Amino acid sequence: MSAPELGTTSLLRYLWRQLTSMRTALILLLLLGIASIPGSIFPQRTQSPLKVREYFDDDPNGAKWLDRFYLFDVYGSPWFSAIYLLLFISLVGCVLPRSFHYFKEIFKAPPEAPSLLNTMEGFQLSPASLERAEAWLKKNRFRISKTSDSIAAEKGYLRETGNLLFHLSLIVVLLGIAGSSVFGMRGEAIVNVGERFINTPTNYDNLTPGRFFSLGSLPTFTIRVNNFSATYDRKTTQALDYELKVTTKDSLDSSEVNQIVKVNKPLTFGSTRVYLQANGYSPLVTVRDSAGLVKFEGPVPFLPQDSNLSSIGAIKVPDMDPQIGFVSSFFPTAARDEVRGGFSSFPELLDPRLLLSVWKGDLKMDDGVPQSIYRIDTTDMERIGLWALSIGESYSFEVGSITFNGVVPWVNLQVVRDPGKQYALIGSILAIAGLLISLFIRQRRIWVREVGGNLEIAGLALNKLPGLEDEIGKMIQELGDQK
Amino acid sequence: MSQSDWAYLSNDLIYVALALYALSFLSYTYETAFSLRANKISGDKHLDRSITTKSRKVASIVFLLATASLTLAVIARGISAERIPLGNMYEYSITGAMTFALAYLIIGLKFDLSWLGLPSSILILLILGSAITLLYRPSAPLVPALQSSWLVIHVSSAILSGGIFLLSNTVAGAYLWLDRIERKGERSEFAKRLPSLESLDQLSYRLVAFVFPLWTFAVISGAIWAEAAWGRYWGWDPKETWAFITWILYASYLHARVTAGWKGRKAAWLCLIAGSSYLLNYVYINVWGSGRHTYSGL
Repeated sequence: MSAPELGTTSLLRYLWRQLTSMRTALILLLLLGIASIPGSIFPQRTQSPLKVREYFDDDPNGAKWLDRFYLFDVYGSPWFSAIYLLLFISLVGCVLPRSFHYFKEIFKAPPEAPSLLNTMEGFQLSPASLERAEAWLKKNRFRISKTSDSIAAEKGYLRETGNLLFHLSLIVVLLGIAGSSVFGMRGEAIVNVGERFINTPTNYDNLTPGRFFSLGSLPTFTIRVNNFSATYDRKTTQALDYELKVTTKDSLDSSEVNQIVKVNKPLTFGSTRVYLQANGYSPLVTVRDSAGLVKFEGPVPFLPQDSNLSSIGAIKVPDMDPQIGFVSSFFPTAARDEVRGGFSSFPELLDPRLLLSVWKGDLKMDDGVPQSIYRIDTTDMERIGLWALSIGESYSFEVGSITFNGVVPWVNLQVVRDPGKQYALIGSILAIAGLLISLFIRQRRIWVREVGGNLEIAGLALNKLPGLEDEIGKMIQELGDQK
Repeated sequence: MSQSDWAYLSNDLIYVALALYALSFLSYTYETAFSLRANKISGDKHLDRSITTKSRKVASIVFLLATASLTLAVIARGISAERIPLGNMYEYSITGAMTFALAYLIIGLKFDLSWLGLPSSILILLILGSAITLLYRPSAPLVPALQSSWLVIHVSSAILSGGIFLLSNTVAGAYLWLDRIERKGERSEFAKRLPSLESLDQLSYRLVAFVFPLWTFAVISGAIWAEAAWGRYWGWDPKETWAFITWILYASYLHARVTAGWKGRKAAWLCLIAGSSYLLNYVYINVWGSGRHTYSGL
């Protein structure tokens, strides 16, 4: 004797029914909330890669284990995706059948009066007649069904519509988010004031296209950065305003437009937007060899380290023999104290100073390994000088000289194409509308039955909102004493 | 009046409000203590609120005056900075305390909330006290990222939701406390001043149901603003993550009540947990957290 086997189809059907039950949907929803907590505790690669690296430096073993469970990439991890995909399927499986059911239900008559009305809400007696009660319910736009001695009435069907609207809109929001990550792109580029950004893949410092975004479809706009001004509070050094003036062209042969970009005012090119994300300084330097020939000239972007724009950077001159690198710091307003050594005391260019340590040897730029533009690997190099320069000053070292000519600001432009956001927004607005309808429309039934010459009246508040008893009281009052 | 005069006026009014809330708190304590009358012969205590009508009236009038002073302080702060006073955590705290007090007073018009006066005045004293001592920052202009009309829409809806969540938490807390008392036996004379368990349960549900759409709106308006300022509408910033968690917990709470028929103790616990996630988000992420919602100097 063998136990009856559970067929594959019935097993699948069983799993599907379990997955799409309301209980499962609720558990998955709570699980999604719990699953998103670790992302607020551990640093995330997508937001603060530097902090993740610090974590690895401080505790390499622990970090390795955390990384195995994707705790530095929580929101892109397989287990987080699994939860929201299951929730999504569960939501679809729960809401769609419910919509069909509801559409059938909406044309149905309200269910007949229960046998014992006095156990229901708001039970009261009235001496009026059944006909008068029916007239009152009709006048108040209840849907009714009758038997010879009773009436069943219901009102507030819109509540269920709101409920469905809310859940269907959530699906729209989720689809919008998915669409953004698959069909969108985002990238960043540092542009010095005076330079021009042309929107092609090679001009980005980093570029993350979505899975189905083809780089060939980047719109061909250009942005010329004319001026960047930042104002700061003299006392607190807090930033008061950033203003970026640009000249843009939608495509190579369209006309030029002058525009102003601010933190809360991005540029828009069709479905692509360009944001002002960060700013810093690029010292302008000229490097000459011992014969006086110019080997390097131009602005070098430095990376700000604090709110007063103390910055670090690297000037690499591979064309000299031996190769020369300058490991540098830049202070827009130089100051010095015992603890910190050199630092910047204000973010504007009040007393700019460029600190250099000169290294000779191999810059390793020909290895093909991508390098940070702000750092130099000095393991195979030898330090041959150390100096600080103000604007206009030069410093001569063993094999050449460097001149600090001036400073231009740079801005970090973030370019984002986010085709799903409109859908997410529309979904959100509809979700709020649905929520309001489902929370504030009272769906209720009122039953009337003739018993011994009197009317028994009672009801049921389907979504437990208050007001049914008052309504029945009002009904009794308006029916009055007449038959 | 100059801008700094307005700032000083605002600070003075905060101190006045603190003093008045303290006075109101004392009157509520007096009311609570002396409305119990001991029987001279048997020594049994029973509740007789008629003897303390006067102190109750004093307490609520002083509470009203304190709230008026607090509201004026918030307005003066706004005038001194020439903007809505929602630029740093000190300002969120005083505005949040104001919405909590106003919600208490307005809802008190419809339901009798005088039993909530004592815990409410303690809470407001704590919020204002920590604001003026720990969080105080001089009135200053906004950092560029906050210079947007979304500041008013997003932050005020978040603060208003927070004030009402806090109120529903207080009610749910009172429910759990009373529930424990009633499970042990009859209510003590002291606890008889509070409404029935049923009506506390209903009240905390209604507050949440009323404010949940507003909280949803606060999250969505934040996303719209983030799209304009930071180039993405959702980035799992710690504050965003916790706002999402709070939303999920309250959504589960509403679901549990409406579809699963939860009420009473279980529902009150869920309500408290959801409200705590809001508070955690407010205090922890602002003070110790990282991410884009932390602005220089709180």
